[in-house]
Amino acid sequence: MVNITINNIPVKVAKNATILTAAQKIGIKIPTLCHFELDCFSFEHRIGSCRICVVEVEGRRNLAPACCTPVAEGMVVKTNTLRAINARRTSLDLILSDHPKDCLTCEKNGDCELQRLAGEMALHHVLYEGKMSEYKLDLSCDAIVRDLDKCIMCRRCESACNDIQTVGVLSGVGRGFEAVVGTAELMPLKDSKCVYCGQCVLACPVGALTEENHRYHVWRALNSKDKHVVVQTAPAVRVAIGEAFGMAPGTIATGQMVAGLKLLGFDKVFDTDFAADLTIMEETTELIERLKKNENLPILTSCCPGWVKFMEHQFPDLLYMPSTAKSPQQMFGAIAKSYYAEKLGLKPEDIIVVSVMPCLSKKYEASRKEFAPNGIRDVDMVISTRELANMFKEAGIQLGKLESREYDNPLGESTGAGVIFGASGGVLEAALRTAAEWLTSEELKEINFTAVRGLEGIKEATVPVAGIDVKVAVCSGLGNARKILEKIRRGEAQYHAIEIMACPGGCLNGGGQPYARENSSILAKRAAALYKADEGMPIRKSHENPHIKKLYAEFLGKPGSHIAHKLLHTTYTPRGDVCDA
Amino acid sequence: MIDSVETLKQRVEALKKEGTAATRILISMGTCGIAAGAVPVLEELKRVLAERQLEDKVEIIEAGCIGQCYAEPSVEICNAGSGSVIYGGVKVHDVGLIVSHIEDLAPDMNTVEKTWYYPETEKNTRNKIQARIVLRNSGRIDPEKLEDYLKNEGYQALAKALTEMTSEDVIKEITESGLRGRGGGGFPTGMKWNFAAQQPAGRKYMICNADEGDPGAFMDRAVLEGDPHAVLEAMAIGGYAIGADTGIIYIRAEYPLAVKRLKIAIKQAEENGLLGDNIFGSGFNFKIQLKYGAGAFVCGEETALIHSIEGKRGEPTFKPPFPAVSGLWGKPTVVNNVETYANIPAIIRSGAKWFRTIGTEKSPGTKVFALAGKVENVGLVEVPMGTKLRDIIFGLGGGIRDGKEFKAVQTGGPSGGCLKYDRLDTGIDYESLAAIGSMMGSGGMIVMDEDDCMVNVAKYFLDFTLDESCGKCTPCRIGNTRLHEMLERICEGKATMDIITKLKNLSYAIKDTALCGLGQTSPNPVLSTLANFEDEYLAHITDKHCPAGVCTKLITFKINDNCVGCTLCARNCPVSCISGERKEKHHIDQDKCIKCGVCYQACKFHAIDKL
Repeated sequence: MVNITINNIPVKVAKNATILTAAQKIGIKIPTLCHFELDCFSFEHRIGSCRICVVEVEGRRNLAPACCTPVAEGMVVKTNTLRAINARRTSLDLILSDHPKDCLTCEKNGDCELQRLAGEMALHHVLYEGKMSEYKLDLSCDAIVRDLDKCIMCRRCESACNDIQTVGVLSGVGRGFEAVVGTAELMPLKDSKCVYCGQCVLACPVGALTEENHRYHVWRALNSKDKHVVVQTAPAVRVAIGEAFGMAPGTIATGQMVAGLKLLGFDKVFDTDFAADLTIMEETTELIERLKKNENLPILTSCCPGWVKFMEHQFPDLLYMPSTAKSPQQMFGAIAKSYYAEKLGLKPEDIIVVSVMPCLSKKYEASRKEFAPNGIRDVDMVISTRELANMFKEAGIQLGKLESREYDNPLGESTGAGVIFGASGGVLEAALRTAAEWLTSEELKEINFTAVRGLEGIKEATVPVAGIDVKVAVCSGLGNARKILEKIRRGEAQYHAIEIMACPGGCLNGGGQPYARENSSILAKRAAALYKADEGMPIRKSHENPHIKKLYAEFLGKPGSHIAHKLLHTTYTPRGDVCDA
Repeated sequence: MIDSVETLKQRVEALKKEGTAATRILISMGTCGIAAGAVPVLEELKRVLAERQLEDKVEIIEAGCIGQCYAEPSVEICNAGSGSVIYGGVKVHDVGLIVSHIEDLAPDMNTVEKTWYYPETEKNTRNKIQARIVLRNSGRIDPEKLEDYLKNEGYQALAKALTEMTSEDVIKEITESGLRGRGGGGFPTGMKWNFAAQQPAGRKYMICNADEGDPGAFMDRAVLEGDPHAVLEAMAIGGYAIGADTGIIYIRAEYPLAVKRLKIAIKQAEENGLLGDNIFGSGFNFKIQLKYGAGAFVCGEETALIHSIEGKRGEPTFKPPFPAVSGLWGKPTVVNNVETYANIPAIIRSGAKWFRTIGTEKSPGTKVFALAGKVENVGLVEVPMGTKLRDIIFGLGGGIRDGKEFKAVQTGGPSGGCLKYDRLDTGIDYESLAAIGSMMGSGGMIVMDEDDCMVNVAKYFLDFTLDESCGKCTPCRIGNTRLHEMLERICEGKATMDIITKLKNLSYAIKDTALCGLGQTSPNPVLSTLANFEDEYLAHITDKHCPAGVCTKLITFKINDNCVGCTLCARNCPVSCISGERKEKHHIDQDKCIKCGVCYQACKFHAIDKL
């Protein structure tokens, strides 16, 4: 511990503390902008580039950035001298002088940290006006929009892309006033090896990185006269959407969300959880097959499109490993446009499938050409949790005041196994529940596999199933996935099954979720809500879902059948450093 | 193979026994000399000597830069008995005459006065302003010959350090010498070494910063081209002091000759056991590699330099941690500049006490300045710290070119300050320059005369820092851009008086908040010109007039009654905006005039006024 003085108040802090954390101890939140810390992942972006957090330190010639200046015994800090305040205001003034002032129409309006900071620091006009950065808006991909005019060079996205995700697409480009965070040579995102995980969007404090907005397509679909418009909602959406309506983080808003969707005018409101159960049927069948033959192990989950694209770019030599099962979103689309369409007597093109996802990569996944048989996409439109919240608000729907309603049938019936897909470890846990019963033909007594739960990036467990010690691992965050895959590549690790999710913590922290910012305790609350939802379900094992059983009986035959393969499985494409599709 | 102090001694004795030719001709073959035409002069010299069968009696030494840029190509004739004479501006056709007068003075030739002495070997003489420690071998030895270096005390310091001194002794000697970083910061070198030495044993790095980037500064290049072994020797001494076995020279790729000579020197040192394993049988191992930079100014900042070596974007990071604790690849690292290293062997050989006899109390030793701008004698000068600006500019520099008035001198590179005549008697060292709003920097010294507009000069330097900013921190990326825009408005006559306060406030904020040295010093040209030449700013702002007649938006060319109608101006005008009948007064169309000044230069009758 060291003793320092902040604004004449003595403070005792840990040796590795910074002035910023020390000041928090006495109730001073020094304003920051480039600094970004995610406690739950022990991640800190401490670059000290924005110079908003500067404070006076006795004996130093220059002002010190509080976010990255370590404390030292006897240090005397003044956070609110005129010199410090003026310097902070100048830094903010300069940032604003090169930032578009279109706040009212900005995608991040209300969610912008720069906007909030300008409000808190009460900067009423920009003193140092001058030329502004001008870049081409990057609308190249279906998932993420980059408006570099708004980039403030905080480099948080770069850190998310490189340090957390190890995707390596974003970095500082150019020098001086022309410096900006972008792709190599500012190539369109579509041409890069970006996996559209959207962690950069979550990290970006301003409107430089946002999702490609598909709300208007959905509005148009909802107003089409001759289309049957159905919606599916991913597991993680229900535990986060409430945040956008002032509900406490961790509120399970499933019924109210369904009610809201019906109010928006969807013909049917279905659940991706149903397709998650279906995924378990197919994937577990594949797992058991590989286990029995002891080949192509470990099996890797394939639900996450960001992860799949990462694998295609960075580990093309290991593409035999992921399960061939499509993701729940795509399974849902395929079933909706075949089984469901037949039931209704509709042609696939008469049905519009809309997804609500916590994810931006799902927008890209739905556009992959292998998911558009005969040119008709299985999933037509994908909106994020944030976009759905916007649509509700636009329609005046007050989520908190709605009476809960139930999902429609047949594609709305799901189990607890389906809902935990939204948390890191959930897919594997759901698969283990089914695998254990199928292999032993006995009812599983303890269905909670708590060893694979939690927000840690890499979780490992050995699970005895029918006499086999099944070695499993769960990774969330692509940087963690890389660590495990490199070990496997080097032959240093053996597993039977690995669940991988691109976003740290899983889908609950997806790129399309409401902005949790540095308040990462929200993520644990979302996870807890998913497991609570699981416990509240009458059926908690995918293979016991009655509508799934019916689907196989009426249409698919059995898991792994020819028609199941045709509709529910896919292939992967090795890709290089640049994307060709 | 030199594997012990004894073999080094034998080798040097053997070399000295070989003796030297009665006459030695040194020709400056640095980049500057070559650019000025030294190669054909050298060829001619070889041809003439062969023709006159003098090859046995005369030895040609292709030496490095002698510092007299204004006099290149230069040839020095050294006779064992009668001392030496340096001819400047030598042309190919002069060579025959020089050789004819090899023992006396060639008539009608430019000779260059030797304004320097070598404090390690010669006593000071009052009439010599320069004291050469850093440049002691530059221009005197063939940098591509290890033997030449060995004959001039080469590797004696390393031998002494490795066999007679402990690592602590070395650090103590350097600390006591008071040597400070010559790259600009002026940080005590001994202290830096000590920090790194105190880190736990293990991999450590000794880096030489040869990313010289100040416009107009080229002393590092001169040392690397003229005396590369001195840097290698110093790095090995440093490696021994801090416990590093690896040295890296980060050199800009735009210095091909320096790179070539360093490669040769490294090879020679390795082949002779002066680098590599078990140097002088001491058990100390040291290797040196080269790493090329792409010429980014900011990569001279030590953390940015380290990132560049690591293959990352060349931009600085906040200190602490300091490189001495966590540097290259996270290991303790010392980064010293070329000129700093070039002092080390002399200090080890002759001692801290001797070093302190030169220079000032707080800044011992010498400093090399690259004298440029409107002085007669541009080039490199090495003077004891504390030398007056006046002695450098009007003594060594020979005063202002073309009899013009001295206006300002800018020291410290692009982010130094502009000083006016009232500072000419300042003895320059780190403290005194900082006290008057400038800095030592790496030793650029640009002299300006009455024709220079100080607002424009500030804008020019800011232009450079704008280009070279890495763009990482807000004050440097956007703040400097705004300063530049304000200066532009002043130069265009579009500014109002409130701009002065804005300029000052923003400058101070940038200095106070920028992340690295580049940003923290970039407003210096603005602040120092505001402090020393405020009247020029006011003239631009209130009178819309540029006193030096530089800012084109504020000048008007008008034809007066001296005009005889010779039509010369009209014929030279590139935009044909001058009209008038032959033998009648001409007229300039102000709407079309681009203020290029060609008419003003062309007129032979003083008939064009620049207003």
